[in-house]
Parts: sequence; structure tokens; C-alpha cells
Amino acid sequence: MDPSTISLIIQLAVPIFLLLMGWGFGRIAERRHYASIHQREEASLNVPLTNERRLYPSQREVIETRLMFGSVVVSVDHFKRFLAWFKGLFGGEIHAYGSLLDRARREAKLRMIESWPRADYLLNFRFETSTISNSAGTSWGTVEVLAYATGIRFADSDANLLFQSAPATSPEVDS
Amino acid sequence: MITTNIETVPGRTIVEHYGIVQGSTIRAKHLGRDFAAGLKNIVGGELRGYTELLKESRDQAFQRMIEQAEELGANAVVNVRFATSSVAAGASEILCYGTAVLVE
Repeated sequence: MDPSTISLIIQLAVPIFLLLMGWGFGRIAERRHYASIHQREEASLNVPLTNERRLYPSQREVIETRLMFGSVVVSVDHFKRFLAWFKGLFGGEIHAYGSLLDRARREAKLRMIESWPRADYLLNFRFETSTISNSAGTSWGTVEVLAYATGIRFADSDANLLFQSAPATSPEVDS
Repeated sequence: MITTNIETVPGRTIVEHYGIVQGSTIRAKHLGRDFAAGLKNIVGGELRGYTELLKESRDQAFQRMIEQAEELGANAVVNVRFATSSVAAGASEILCYGTAVLVE
């Protein structure tokens, strides 16, 4: 083989290797993350979470109020980035990014709920999403999601019954 | 200091309004974190360093808002909102604002 063929192979091999790495590890990480999300969502299923601004029923005595947050920064893998770029040539819905945002929102929400397990009721729940760009100012499919709400604790609290199991400390998404 | 993102503090009565209080911080990420995030980008997933960075910035902006409210003699901040804007490439501002009030 002459040197130009070898250099061409190397030039092609590196991006393909990165794509395959992204596809493989990205899939494993995503599956693991969803498993964690499902488990934690089930545990906190009974915690009342609304985006109502008023408290119903209001006959219970409120003893503590707190602003609760949860946030996460996630990034898509190389393979999905490639898929999205490819889809961009034709237009239409980019499914590759759908699961990224879904995971980010659900993770941020769970972190918020777990930040104060003593809350009986969560009011005015909001999501805030922002794009993160690199130093050159270009975005590479990285988003930050912030979830916040007003947490309320009643005098006759039953928060300890709301969590089906002790809230797990939020694990790293993909370790 | 009580903070909420609704107009009232449940179970309490607002007796005085002190107006808008705010806190902000402009942060840049450092090269090491950027590099690590670049590597992590290949496989996707959570960028732990950035999560921490933004959380720290938000806590600081929040703390500055609280300090301003304390100076006014308030004991609660209601209707707290967050806003993020990018000032320059690689730097972003996190703003936190709300209404300082006195509750019984």
C-alpha cells in the first residue's frame, strides 16, 4: 500500500472509531440512566408535585416553606450528533435528541424532589432549559436543565409516607 | 430567610413589600474542565464538572440576592426567578431575582 492510502485509512478510521465509541458507550449509559430514573420515579411517585400557584386544601397548617432546586448538564454522544447532523440535511424531527432532553428533565426533577425529602407538597413547579456552548461559541448538543419548585411542610406531616423507600442519593448519570 | 417562587408564603401573611432584590454572577469555565468535558462529549451523558459549576454559580447569585434582601430588613423573598444569558463565548451570567417582603 502506498502512503496516501494509509493516511486516508487513518483519516477515516478516527471519526468512525469515535462514532462507534459514542454509539456503544452512549447506549449503555442511556440504558443505565433510564433504569435509575424509573426506580427513583417509582419511589417518589406519591410526592404531590403541581404547577399550581395556590395550595389546596389549605386547612392544613404550614410550618416550613423552602425553594427547591435540581439541575443537570447533559451532552449527546458522537453517534447521535452525527445522526442529528444527517437528519438536518433533510429536515424533520430529530429523535436522537429527544431522549437526551427527556433524560435531563426527569433527572433534574428527581434531584429537586430528593433535595428535600421532608416536603409534603410542591407548588409552582418549573423547568428552565439553557444551551451550553464551547469556548468558540458553537453549541454541541449540551443542555442544562434546572427544575425548581416551592416545597411545603405541614404540621401534620406525612412526608415520611410519601417516599416508598428512602430516597437514594442521586448517582452520577453514567458511572 | 424564606424563599418561594409563588406570590405568597403559604400559611403566613405578607405585611410589607420592599421591592425587587437581585443577585448575579458571571462565570467562565476553566480550560481543564473544558478539556474533560470535550472528552466526555464523545460518549455523551452527564458533564459532572459543568453541573457543579452552574450549581455553584446559581448558589452564589442566590446568596447575593438573599444578602440584599437582608439589608432591606426583609425576612422572605417571594416569586424568585432565574435567568441565564451568555455574555461572551465561554462565559455566562446567572441572574436571580425576586420580591423582598416581610412576613408575620
